[in-house]
This record gives sequence, C-alpha cells and structure tokens, in this order.
Amino acid sequence: MSRNRRLKLQIFRVAVFLVLGAFFLVPIGAMFEFSTRGVTEQAPRTLNAWLTIAQTPDLVAAIFASLALAVLTSLGMLLLLVPTMIWVRLRLPHLSRVIEFLCLLPLTIPAIVLVAGLAPIYLWMNLNISDSILTLAFVYLILVLPYAYRALYTGLAAIDVKTLAEAARSLGANWGTVMLRVIVPNMSVAILNACLLSVAVVLGEFTIANLLNYVNLQVAIALLGRANATVSIAVAVASLLFAFILLVILSFFGRPRARVHPEDPGLPFPGLAGGGLR
Amino acid sequence: MRRPLGGGRRLATPQWIAAAPFFLYVGIFLLLPTAIVVGGAFVDSNGLSLSNFASMNQRFVINAFINSVVLSATSAIIGAVFGALLAYAVATGNPNGVFRRLVSSACGVLAQFGGVTLAFAFIATIGGAGFITLWLQQQGMNIYANGVWLYQLRGLVLVYTYFQIPLMVLVFLPALDGIRPQWREATESLGGGTWHYWRYIAGPLLAPAFFGGTLLLFANAFSAYATAAALINQGSIIASLLIANTLTSEVGLANPGIASALALVMVVLVAIVMVLYTVLQRRTSRWLQ
Repeated sequence: MSRNRRLKLQIFRVAVFLVLGAFFLVPIGAMFEFSTRGVTEQAPRTLNAWLTIAQTPDLVAAIFASLALAVLTSLGMLLLLVPTMIWVRLRLPHLSRVIEFLCLLPLTIPAIVLVAGLAPIYLWMNLNISDSILTLAFVYLILVLPYAYRALYTGLAAIDVKTLAEAARSLGANWGTVMLRVIVPNMSVAILNACLLSVAVVLGEFTIANLLNYVNLQVAIALLGRANATVSIAVAVASLLFAFILLVILSFFGRPRARVHPEDPGLPFPGLAGGGLR
Repeated sequence: MRRPLGGGRRLATPQWIAAAPFFLYVGIFLLLPTAIVVGGAFVDSNGLSLSNFASMNQRFVINAFINSVVLSATSAIIGAVFGALLAYAVATGNPNGVFRRLVSSACGVLAQFGGVTLAFAFIATIGGAGFITLWLQQQGMNIYANGVWLYQLRGLVLVYTYFQIPLMVLVFLPALDGIRPQWREATESLGGGTWHYWRYIAGPLLAPAFFGGTLLLFANAFSAYATAAALINQGSIIASLLIANTLTSEVGLANPGIASALALVMVVLVAIVMVLYTVLQRRTSRWLQ
C-alpha cells in the first residue's frame, strides 16, 4: 500500500474513532454526572442518590424480582433446551431445522406484538394459577430462546456428541448419565454463555413487564424516573454496569473456537429486532 | 431367541416424545399468542369481521405508522452509514489487536443498551437539565428555543442511532472481514485505482451486506417500544406506542381487537423486511464468508 494511501486511511480511522467515540461515551458520562449531582448547582458532588437506592423499598423489591426472574429463566432455558438439543442432535436430526426455526422466530415477532397475544393468556394464568411477577419467567424463556439456542448450538457443534454418547452408552450409562455427566461438562462454556445472555436479556426487559402490569427492574426505573430523576438514573447506571460486566465476562469466555455454521443470520446479541429491550 | 438388553430393544415410546416438552412449551407461549393476535385481529364484539381493519383507517393510526416508517428508515440509514464507516475503520486495523476486541465488545454491549436506560442517558445528556444542554446554555446557546425536540420524533431518531450504529458494526464487520487483500492487488496489477476497486469489486460485493444491514436496522427500529415509551409519556406518535395504548389504556379506550389488528400489520411488515434480509444475507455469504 502506498504511503499516501496509508496516511489517508489512518487519518480517516482516527477521525471516525474520535467522533463516534465521543458520541457513544458522552451520554454514559452524562449519566454518571447526573446521578452524582448535589442539590443545587453549586453544591458538591454526592453519592446520595446511589445510597437512596437501598432505602427505596419498591426499587429493592423490583431489583430482587428481576434477579429472581433472571435465575428462573436461565434454569428453565437450560432444562428445556439442553436435553432437547442433545436428543435432536443424536436421534432426530430431521427435526433440527424445525427447532432452529422456532428458536429464531422470537426475533421476528416484536415483543409488542407478542404481548398483545399474551394478555389473555396471562389473564387466565393470574386468575387460575398465580399472579406473581415470577410467572413472567415463562415468557422470558421465549425471549431468550434465539440467543440461548445459538450459544448452545455452537457448543454442541464443537464436540463430537455422537461418539461421546455411544461410548457412554456402551459402558452401560443411561440417558440421564450421558446427558448430565458426559455431554454437559463438555459444553460448560456454551452453557455459561447461554446463561449470561439470558440474564442480560431478562434484566433489560421492559416491554412485556410494563404492558402486563408487572413491576420489574426496568419498569421500576421508568416509574421512579418521573418522580425522582437522580435516583432512577443512578439505578440505570448500576444496571448498565452490571450488564456490561456480564457481557465482558462473556467476551472473555465466550468466543467459541468452532466455526459458526454458514447460515447464521448474524444476530448474536440480545435486544435485536424487537425482543423487549428496545 | 433372547433379546439383547439396552440397545437391541425397541423403545416402547416413539423417539420424538423427548422433544415434545419443547414443542409444547413453544406452542403455548409463542405460537398461541401469535395465533391469538392473528385471530383477534379478525374478531370484534359481533364475531368474525373485518371491522378492526376498517377502524384503522383513521388519521392518527395512519400517522403513527407513517411516523414509525420515517423513524425506522431515518435511523436505519444514519445507523447504516456511520456503522459501515466505523466497521471499515475497525476492519482495516490489526485483526487480533486489543483495539479491535475492545470496539467489538463495546458494540456488543451498546447494541443491547436500549429502552429505559438509554432514554435516561439521553435525558441526562441533552434533556432539559442535561449536561450538554446546561453547558451550551452557559455558552449562550439554547437548543430548545423552539420546543423540546428530544421528546418528539427528531429526538427519537437521535436516540435510536445510539443502538443502530453498533448493530450495523456487528452485522457488517464479518462481511468486511471477508474481503481478501488479493482482490485489491489484482485490481492494481490490472491497472485499476481506488475508484475502480470500489466501483467494480468491493462495492458490488459489499452491497448486499450493506443493504441487508440497513433492512435489519429498519426492522429493529420498527419493532422497538421501550425507548420511546420511556421518552414519551403521553400520546402515540409511533406504531408500537399506539399498540401499547390500545392494549392498556388508562382512560378506558383499550380495545384488544384493534390492538391485535395493529399488531398483525406490524408483524407482517417486520416479517417481509426480515425475509428480504435473509435473502440478501445468503447473497453476501456466497463471496464473503
């Protein structure tokens, strides 16, 4: 590459990084700034807003509800997806296309549309089973399906499931042992990925909780925002940091070594195309 | 003859039984709500009818959809252009460098940063009492002299680009990585310059990926609800807010039939866009993956 071209390229790159870097970092910095403001313009910076978080019972309840939902959704996702995917891979390969389609369908159906159809179902559920906020876990599992499926699929594709299963069976293991003690430990990274992605999605979900009249973390932040902007922004920053840390952990453990299969539509990250986060 | 244990014995239950829980679950919580929406769109208080679609023929409904299309298209195009530039700046760097990994992770985080937290971030930045607003006022400029545009369509476009650009980077970067340096060398050995390279080689190859990314951004913005809901407290200027307000109106104007009809229109539009996106994605992968 000629020197002239290389110089132009470098200038272009620096300019792009500076401009866009500023665009992305300024709002985040502004959030920090806002949440540490004193009472008047001249008052010193204070962490008062952050400390008030623990003293707002509604907020604390919402935080715990969201954390509980995140755990429930992850567990449910693992219970539902892992055995199914292993079994389909081993015994029902003709169903794998169907499963893939169903798992990627939530990306095409906007959360706002889904909730329009869920309202009667949840009405029935509230009257007949339970009206706890934890029933949201049923829907959240659907929302995390695309990301969990991808993560688990890449994990399964990287190991030779057939050989492992046959070897274990020939040594006398039953299917439970095969799945739990042979295959699952070999896809522990993929399972961790799937869980972290699920937690990130659940903590950021707003649409479905709001329209079904539950108060989860994001709904609580939104409600509080109308009353007390500083505290709500402090909580928003905290939840953002938490999700950021989770995803950074993911990026260290996460990049699977196996090649992603060619038809992958390139949608690896939560919140895409309508899943309740935006 | 004795049957061998374990492997030789026929299963008493068919093998697909093991996959049944999954299908049952997805059927109840994904397919059933979708069916309820599709079905509910064609039902009103008198039974099967198309009256829901007829009542969509009102000024405010049409405006909401037009606004949604304008918002999605604008934020998609802006996000696509700047996202492509950023992706190009990243792709031309060291592929294993720290910087590349940092930007990729940041884009991964920012693409999922939306909804309430994003809205509040922008309120904290250029809201009424925002950081930048106050700073500009100290310099003598009042950006809200003609009304607070952050809480209107223009503001939404600005806020949406915040997650559209990283999404474009995530989708476009793999395509850029697929460009081989040999193609540039071949162009130059045949006497072509930068213009020839982009016009005849890289441009046509990257075009499906670029337009596919734009479509994806469009679908993304069109389906978005949380960010707008957090910024706009009253009114339904875009389709998703309209659906939400017809679903759970505080003033008693809720009408699930109309909500279903609106939702059906939205899901059809998004589905069309996603199908086009998949077609373009296949074309991209022919050369660039």
